[in-house]
Amino acid sequence: MKQKIELLMGNEAIGQGLIEAGCQIAAAYPGTPSTEILQAIIDRRTQAAEPLHIEWSVNEKIAFEVALAASYTGKRSVAVMKQVGLNVAADPFMRTAYLGVKGGMLTIVADDPGPHSSQNEQDTRLFCLQARVPVFDPASPAEAKDLVPLAFELSEKYEMNLVLRPTTRICHSRQNVELNAPQKLERNANFEKDPTRWAATPAFLPQLHRKLNANLEKIAREPELQPKLSPGDGSHPHTALVASGIVYAHLVDLLDELGLRDQIDLFQVLMPYPLNPDFSKCLQQDYQRVLILEETYPLIELQLAHPGAVGKQDGTIPREGELTPDIIHQVLADFLGLPSPQELPPPHRGQRPSLCPGCPHRAAFYSIKQCFPKGIFPSDIGCYTLGLNLGAVNTVHCMGACISQGAGFYQSYAQDGEFPTIVVTIGDSTFFHAGIPALINAVIQQARIIVVILDNATTAMTGGQPVPHMGVAAAEKATRAIAIEPLVKASGVDFLETCDPYDKPAFEQRLKEADAYIRSEQGGVAVLISRHGCIMDPHVRKMQVRFKVTIEDNCVGCRKCVEAFECPALSMDNEKNIALVNQDRCIGCGTCIPVCPVDAIIKEERS
Amino acid sequence: MKQQIIVSGIGGQGVLFLTRVIAQAAVNRGIAVLTSETHGMAQRGGTVLSTIKVGDFSSPLIRTGQADAGLLLWEENLPVHKPLLKENGPLLVNTAASGPGERIDASGIARNLGNAVLANLVLLGLAIRQESLFCTAEECETAIKQLAPPKFVDQNLKAFHEGLNGN
Repeated sequence: MKQKIELLMGNEAIGQGLIEAGCQIAAAYPGTPSTEILQAIIDRRTQAAEPLHIEWSVNEKIAFEVALAASYTGKRSVAVMKQVGLNVAADPFMRTAYLGVKGGMLTIVADDPGPHSSQNEQDTRLFCLQARVPVFDPASPAEAKDLVPLAFELSEKYEMNLVLRPTTRICHSRQNVELNAPQKLERNANFEKDPTRWAATPAFLPQLHRKLNANLEKIAREPELQPKLSPGDGSHPHTALVASGIVYAHLVDLLDELGLRDQIDLFQVLMPYPLNPDFSKCLQQDYQRVLILEETYPLIELQLAHPGAVGKQDGTIPREGELTPDIIHQVLADFLGLPSPQELPPPHRGQRPSLCPGCPHRAAFYSIKQCFPKGIFPSDIGCYTLGLNLGAVNTVHCMGACISQGAGFYQSYAQDGEFPTIVVTIGDSTFFHAGIPALINAVIQQARIIVVILDNATTAMTGGQPVPHMGVAAAEKATRAIAIEPLVKASGVDFLETCDPYDKPAFEQRLKEADAYIRSEQGGVAVLISRHGCIMDPHVRKMQVRFKVTIEDNCVGCRKCVEAFECPALSMDNEKNIALVNQDRCIGCGTCIPVCPVDAIIKEERS
Repeated sequence: MKQQIIVSGIGGQGVLFLTRVIAQAAVNRGIAVLTSETHGMAQRGGTVLSTIKVGDFSSPLIRTGQADAGLLLWEENLPVHKPLLKENGPLLVNTAASGPGERIDASGIARNLGNAVLANLVLLGLAIRQESLFCTAEECETAIKQLAPPKFVDQNLKAFHEGLNGN
C-alpha cells in the first residue's frame, strides 16, 4: 500500500496505530481527553485486516478485564481510558502486572495536566511505578502512533501489559501522520489453561513477582526505549536537560527559538518507568546540573535522585498545573542564566461553560432548587456538573459517588434528628458506570434520599457515546436494551417516577411527592427519572417544536432568567435593564417561560 | 515558512472546524503542521482556543507574544487571548462593534446566509483578504471542500467568499 499522509488528532493517530498493529479487541469507557481513541477505531474499523471487536464498556474496570482475557487467548487487545478511569480499573490492573498477558495488551491512559476536563491531575506514570507496569510517554501524535506497534511487540516479548500515556496536548493535537497498511497476524483464539498463573493463589505469587521484577530490569534496557540524546556542542559543559512527553516538544521549540538547539545535551525520555539504571549512573557521572521537565509528578526526578537535579522536588518548577511553554521559558532562563522573559500579563478567565440552551438538565436543576431551597445536592461527573452554575450542585467527586455521598449526608444528619432534603443528581451513563451498587447500598442502609437520574439517552459530555438502555452498541450495532426502571426496582426502590423536566409543574409535583415519600413512615430511597433527550442530538432537536422566544416590554430586569436559570441564550441589556434573547443561540424550547415572575417571556409558533 | 496562528471563540462557534480548514491547507501544500484544540467541558459554551503551527515545529502550543496572527470569533475573548499575539500580528475579530484589529460582523453576515455558525468561514475569508495567513483563497476552498459535509459545501464556500470579497 502506498504510504499516505493524513492530518490526524493524537487520539485518531493512536486509534489508527492500533488497527495497523493488528489489535483485535478494543474496549473503552469514554472520558476526556481519551474518548476519540475508540471513536477513531470505530470510524476506521473497515481498514482492519482481521475481525475486530470494539466496545464501549460500562466502565473502565470492565473494559480492562475484557481486553485482558482476549489477550490470554493470544490476540492483541487494548483498554482505553482517562487517568481517573485507571482508578476504577486499578484492581485488575495491579494484579495483571504479576500475572502478565499472552497476546500483546496495551492500556492507554490519557492524562490531563492542568487539569482541563478532569477532577484531578494525577500522573498515570506514577501510578505505573506503584503498579510496576512499564509506561511510554510520547511527545507528539506521530510518536504516539509509532509507539503502538513497538509496545505490542514488547508486550508479547515480556508477556506484560504495557501502558501508553498520552496527555491532553497529545490527544487533542493534530499533526500530519503517516498511515501504514494494517498487519494481518492470523491468530486464532487459543487460551492455554494454566491455573498457577491465570488463577494464581498466594502460593504462586512470589514466583510471579520475581518474574515481574526480572522483566522490569530487562525492559529498562531495551535499546529502542533508551533516553535519546541530542548532544550539545560543549558550550554548556556538565549540564543536561531531561524531558519527557509533550514537555519535550515545548522545550525543543523553545531551544530553537532561543538559538540553543545544539548547544546543550538534551535527553528525551520515552519510557519514564522503569528507567535504565545506567542512565542514572551516566547522569550522575557526567553532569553536575540536570534540569528535569515532566508532567505532572516528578517521576523521572524521583528515580534519578541526582544531587544536581533542578525540578519539581526542589520547587524550581511549579508542582501543579500544566507545564506550558511560557513556564518552561522562565524555568530554562533561570537554569541557564539567560535574560528573563517578559513578565506575563495577568491571566484573564474566559467565558465559563454552561449547560446548552434547551438542555433538559437545566430545567431539572431549576425545579430541584425551587422545590428545596435548603436542600443538599450531591452530583456527579458529566455535563450536569454544570448544574453548579444554578446552585443545584453542591458536591462533585468521582463517577457514581453522588448516591453514596447522598446516603452519607443522610446518615450523618439523621442521627441528630431532622434531616434536610437530599437530592442526588446522576446522569444515565454514570448511573450504569458506578451508580447501581451505590443505589443498592443506599436502599439496604435505609437512606431517605431522592435520586434524580438525569436520563438524556446518551453520554453527552464526551460527545454522545451509546448508553446501555438505548439498545445500541459501538458502531451503531443493535443490541439488547437494558432499561433503567427495572434495575431501579430490582434494587429495592419502591418510589419510582419518570417525568420530562420540560413539564415544570409535573416535574415539581413529582419532586414534592418524592420528598413526602422519603419522610413517610415506610420511606426510603425515592428515584425520579428526569427523561428528555440531549439537545446536542440533532434527532432530538428535530423532534421538538422550536418556538420563537422573545421578551416583552414588561420585563422588570430582575435577572432571574439570566442568573438563576442561567440559559446562555439569555443576557441582560444593562442600559435598558431588560433581558435579551440571543436568537443565534436560542433553540426555542421555551423552558425559560415559567421562570419569569411577570410573564414577560413569550413564545410563538414559527411560521 | 513558519507561521503560528491562534483561533479563539466559545464552544459551539465552529472553532474546531476553522482550525482544521487552516491546518488542512498546510497539509495539502505538503508543509508540516501542528494544532492544539480545546475539547471537553469548555466546549459547552465556554472559551475555547486552538493553536496552529505551520512549518518546522515540535510543540503545538504557542508562547505569549509569539502568535503571528489571531482569529477571534468571540470578541470578549480579547483580554484572554490577545496577549498570545505578537505586537504587530494581524488580529481579525468577529464583531459589529468598533475596537482594535480588523473587524467584521461575521455573525451578522452568516445569519443572513441562514446560519450564524458560518461566521467562522466569513472570518477566514477576511483573514485571507487581509493576507494574514500563509495560505491562498484557492487553498482554503480546497480544504473546505474536503472537510465540509457534502450538502453544506456550497453554503460554506459562500460564507468564505462573503468574508473574502467584503462588501
